[in-house]
Amino acid sequence: MRVTVIDYKAGNLTSVLKALRHLGAEVEVTDGDLAPVETAERLVLPGVGHFAATQYLDKTGLTPAIRAAIARGVPFLGICVGMQWLYAGSAEAPKQPGLGHFPEQCARFSESDEKVPHVGWNSLEVRQGSRLLAGVEPGEFVYFTHSYKAPVTADAAAITCYIEPFASAVERSNVMGVQFHPEKSGATGLKILRNFLSWQLKGTA
Amino acid sequence: MITKRIIACLDVHGGRVVKGVQFVDLVDAGDPATQAARHAREGADEIVLLDITATHEGRATLLDTVRRTARELFVPFCVGGGIRTAGDAAQVFEAGADKVSVNSAALADPMLIDAIGRSFGAQAVVVAIDARRDPEAADPVRDAQVFVQGGRKPTGRRVVEWAREAEARGAGEILLTSMDSDGTRAGFDCELTAAVSEAVGIPVIASGGAGTVAHFVDVFGRGKADAALAASVFHFGISSARSLKDELARAGVSVRLPC
Repeated sequence: MRVTVIDYKAGNLTSVLKALRHLGAEVEVTDGDLAPVETAERLVLPGVGHFAATQYLDKTGLTPAIRAAIARGVPFLGICVGMQWLYAGSAEAPKQPGLGHFPEQCARFSESDEKVPHVGWNSLEVRQGSRLLAGVEPGEFVYFTHSYKAPVTADAAAITCYIEPFASAVERSNVMGVQFHPEKSGATGLKILRNFLSWQLKGTA
Repeated sequence: MITKRIIACLDVHGGRVVKGVQFVDLVDAGDPATQAARHAREGADEIVLLDITATHEGRATLLDTVRRTARELFVPFCVGGGIRTAGDAAQVFEAGADKVSVNSAALADPMLIDAIGRSFGAQAVVVAIDARRDPEAADPVRDAQVFVQGGRKPTGRRVVEWAREAEARGAGEILLTSMDSDGTRAGFDCELTAAVSEAVGIPVIASGGAGTVAHFVDVFGRGKADAALAASVFHFGISSARSLKDELARAGVSVRLPC
């Protein structure tokens, strides 16, 4: 299993790389070189930090390379800001467009008495048929840390409630995203990463 | 539903976990990597490794300890002790930490919080505050005095205003230790914890004074804590994160039970 992890200089990749390697993946990192994306078997876009950091993807030409890879059927997983980037944009950085693979916008949590950021372990209500979240049972928890979130739409693979329901995972064919950190979510998180690593286009061997 | 976090804290000296009462009479309590893995397996939601050596010579040892501990740890991992600059923080992140905790250095130079947050994100910056109630202040709780150097040196800063400044500068969480309660095993300082938790919009981790399960129930309720630190309680009382969480669940506290 070869995985290409995209480093867009938005923070620390160590934990993601470590978890993927722990699962037996052969991991390569690219921070702007397009060739690894053009030949990638699987792509991971991690993310800790600010949505504005994704402008790095536009500046380096990674955005069209990723779009082309997705069109070729390469399995793609965005984590946290990496998931939000799959949408049209985020209120966190209104001038910075996302990939627009999903047409909606990400928004900040509504004002309430609850704390923002949403930090800690929360549960997932998994949509039936999700391949990314296969085997995740009710009562399993994953680790979140974020202030912006994606809306609940037909593409949501899981819904989590904090202040309001939001899409904690999104999945349409080979394009997947998780708002939580599977690399920091214990056995449940590793199971989800393993699902991603074994994801195959239907009809291919 | 979001759960209350139980954070296991390992005090580390010279690459080994140590236990003792208020940093005296230290006894070797094992290997940090083994201990961290055990706590994670037993249901701890997060691991904090606190380097109580924090000397210049100790840095290489610490980084090696962080690297070894992080290797097989798949829950959030925070490292504190002796982080003076954004460069120190970068080394600790590189070694595998997800968060750093800063205390004295942030009080000496509050811009440190901004600097680490800018490079690594607010979620990666925990500001640790050691506070003691000030009976002479107008409000002894909200105006509790902030101390540095393991509680030896008062700073003149007040707990609520310092917590608010830390938040404004981009701290992601506050780790609040009550020096009045620390080491007593007589319960957390719930008034102090609630005062800080209500004053900021970021999560507050309560620390100091845990002795029984009831103390945790109390700090999550009356103390309005988002998380609680369990350090010596696992050495001297409650057997494991699992038994603590089982009892918390029975008491109606929302916790993540280990699978």
